[in-house]
Amino acid sequence: MLSSQIKSNEIVFGSCNKDLLEEIIFYGIGLGADFVEIFIENTDNSSVLAEEDFITSVSPSFGRGAGIRIFKEKKDGFVSTNDLTKNGLMRSVSQAIEMLDIKNHKKGEAFNGLNEHRDYSLSKKKWINEVPTIHEISEKLLVSTMSLKKNNKIITRKGSYSRNLQEVIIASSDGTYVSDIRLHQTVGLNVIASDAQYRSSGSRRFGSSGLPNEFRLWDHEKAANEVFESSMNMLYADYVDAGQMPVVLANKFGGVIFHEACGHLLETTQIERGTTPFENKLNERIAHESVTAIDEGISEGSFGSLSVDDEGMEPEKSVLIKNGILKKFISDRAGELRTGHKRTGSGRRQNYSFAAASRMRNTYIAKGEHSKEDLINSISDGLYCKSMGGGSVGATGQFNFAVEEGYLIKNGKLTNPVKGATLIGEAKEVMPKISMCGNDLELAPGFCGSISGSVNVTVGQPHIKVDSITVGGR
Amino acid sequence: MNSKEITTQISKAADFLNLKKWDYGASFSNDYSVQVDKGEAKQLKATQKQILTLRVWNESNLVGITTTSDISESGIKKALNQANNASDFGNNNERTDFSPLAKDPIEVKDEKKRNPVGIKKLLTILREAEVKLLESHESIKSVPYNGLSESFYERVYANSDGAFRSYTKSQAALYLYARAEEKNKKPRSSGSVKLGYGVEDIDIDSCIKDASYKTISHLNYSSIKTDKYLICFSPESFLTIINAFSSMFNARSILDGVSLSNKNSIGEKLSTEALNIYDDGLHEKNISSSPFDGEGTPTKRLCLINKGRIENFIHSESTARIFKTIPTGHAGLGSKVSVSPDWIVVEKSKENSDLKISLDHSTYEGEFVYIEELNAIHAGVRASQGSFSLPFDGWLYKNGKKISIESATVAGDIKYLLKNIVNIESSQEVTTSGISPHIWVDELSITGDA
Repeated sequence: MLSSQIKSNEIVFGSCNKDLLEEIIFYGIGLGADFVEIFIENTDNSSVLAEEDFITSVSPSFGRGAGIRIFKEKKDGFVSTNDLTKNGLMRSVSQAIEMLDIKNHKKGEAFNGLNEHRDYSLSKKKWINEVPTIHEISEKLLVSTMSLKKNNKIITRKGSYSRNLQEVIIASSDGTYVSDIRLHQTVGLNVIASDAQYRSSGSRRFGSSGLPNEFRLWDHEKAANEVFESSMNMLYADYVDAGQMPVVLANKFGGVIFHEACGHLLETTQIERGTTPFENKLNERIAHESVTAIDEGISEGSFGSLSVDDEGMEPEKSVLIKNGILKKFISDRAGELRTGHKRTGSGRRQNYSFAAASRMRNTYIAKGEHSKEDLINSISDGLYCKSMGGGSVGATGQFNFAVEEGYLIKNGKLTNPVKGATLIGEAKEVMPKISMCGNDLELAPGFCGSISGSVNVTVGQPHIKVDSITVGGR
Repeated sequence: MNSKEITTQISKAADFLNLKKWDYGASFSNDYSVQVDKGEAKQLKATQKQILTLRVWNESNLVGITTTSDISESGIKKALNQANNASDFGNNNERTDFSPLAKDPIEVKDEKKRNPVGIKKLLTILREAEVKLLESHESIKSVPYNGLSESFYERVYANSDGAFRSYTKSQAALYLYARAEEKNKKPRSSGSVKLGYGVEDIDIDSCIKDASYKTISHLNYSSIKTDKYLICFSPESFLTIINAFSSMFNARSILDGVSLSNKNSIGEKLSTEALNIYDDGLHEKNISSSPFDGEGTPTKRLCLINKGRIENFIHSESTARIFKTIPTGHAGLGSKVSVSPDWIVVEKSKENSDLKISLDHSTYEGEFVYIEELNAIHAGVRASQGSFSLPFDGWLYKNGKKISIESATVAGDIKYLLKNIVNIESSQEVTTSGISPHIWVDELSITGDA
């Protein structure tokens, strides 16, 4: 029926591929699929590494590929390929159909063709010419690593930049037909400081989505000062004594605690697995009344923002927790199908070789009314976590976070720096203990690895106080 | 295009672009995997993938690189051009060259390659495994993380100097992570992973048994008091620690200033004379073995610690040249070539008279903490500083009883840990990341919430 309209036998980026995509979807539906989704991407990436006063690595990469997902009832088959020809895509559809053991071929009436093309890429096509050149990047990175050379205790200086430009086409049998271009830039600074037997490190990472000029505007001096000060403050720090204690978590990347401890448990993939303690807690209290938490993909320029998710839905602002009450889960297409929670524009994947899954975007605890000093003054003996390292959450909801830069709190005042601290707990026990939220909400970029690969996210929070948590140390 | 044709294509395109010196590494793979949920297929997945990494040297002998999944004629030309452009930014201070060993003979064991069993068979096997695991104990309510996969791949290295080597391989993996629940107790979860050259080589019953035992054995748990304890590391957990701090043996890390070792650390005493550690990528038990590294250097067994002292570092071509030695077969292929270990083998040396041999995890009756598995390595290890603070699954042995530890971390310093090894048991166990016996360490800090 549609074959006479075919103009190309291969996906061509920047052109109309509607006829070819329709034919492939029609083919899958005709073979008995309930739903067919095609995700196609074309990437153009670059990374640059500066060490000490030299550029030591420039690594460009490019590639193309397609991920085809077929649903039959609640199960799905996913096939990915680098072959973007009509035959290659048809073969992938057949393979997915065969994997799902679908035998009841039908005429494909369930597919009424693709809707009008929603092209989010129109204003973004110029980005590739607007992003900084490798030469520009190299010069600024070298200036940045030079800025870290502040005394002879700094023994290692690194600056790294990465740019990912991803062009996507998404089409599915519900009529979705979308194109977009995504641009992510990230830059990081790292130092190692050493003096006799003492060693410390400091690092900061910055990132943005869209905004091709953002790297040019990045304040490398400010960043270098922060990294240097952090490493110097921690160089002679003692190891923290382990135990239960109140802690204040700083804003920005301090939000990783909410991301890991709670955010993952609010993804519908966790409901599907039966691994979240919050599954049946909708509209019930799961956190202290001071906690309101949000996941959204709409803040301009934030690392986790997107015009459209990887399933073709515009992202929404989802209030997950309102004054301690659980209000919403983060959901994708499979999540909606299998758990009943409506999609939130959160279907995300690292690239074409992953099926999309419900994933966080910009996730943060909303600001409260207290100052940072209010929080610290309220503690007689505790820990201030100024900078957090990475963390993870286990299969039963247990989490842990490394504290990169910590200070003891004594009688309401910050005192000695301490190192080696790890925060350990369980989300459902810790969330009710976040008793105070500051008024200084800030966001920080990061990468989140999970079922559908590594995706760009933002974490964030104001300063928060946790009344009691296990601090691992020595 | 097959790998020979790709090499010819690259050679032609390089000639056309007047690029005299180049090399490439490539990987072509087909992967199939299944997941189930209470007897139903959940996600079935097939992936066809090709990755080509090209390096070219410009007239100033500076190297540039590009990676692509487009191996069409035009894709290869584009990649060569991009790599050539990137070579303008090549590192003048640390030059990269072909490995001098890239044409040395290699040992390729194709006889262990298996044929695909197909998605339907994978699904049937995994469904049966899930059922058996669920039936193994009434408290096991679900198997939330599970998967069975098979992969078939070819890896290639070739250069403009005539080196060409490739191998094909198959590999299968089964993982089962069960979740157990009992009234008024926290849910507990644990699991097992098994690898094989093909699905038929995987000991499925053993995977089910291990996953069930590990999960159920943690059902009766208790908090532990924060203190210093005598520790017994399982083979898996000790290998985790050694791999996390492998920068101590890594010449690249040493040159980058992120290692605890330095150029003069060969011969440094790190541990008891009873400790030997090797890297042995070609070990017969290493399912993922590769006969050559990213630069085409043959893989080989290398002693890292001999009788407690650092014996060798692992090298790429460039680090070996700087250290005035030969590459060891541990390189990746990149603009800046990374170096990493393959498969760690830990064993007791013959100089073991200082060990406390009464410390045996199956017979010792005194108090100690058994660390079964270390978690969150990426968050809790500071390799450049030598410190770690890691959550773990394990047991407290006390008064002849063992009880699972509810939630705790072990913290310390790798050099302190190695110096305080008090016993290395005789019997080695094979894990997915290497081989090791149980290792006993005195006085490490444990944080609990008792």
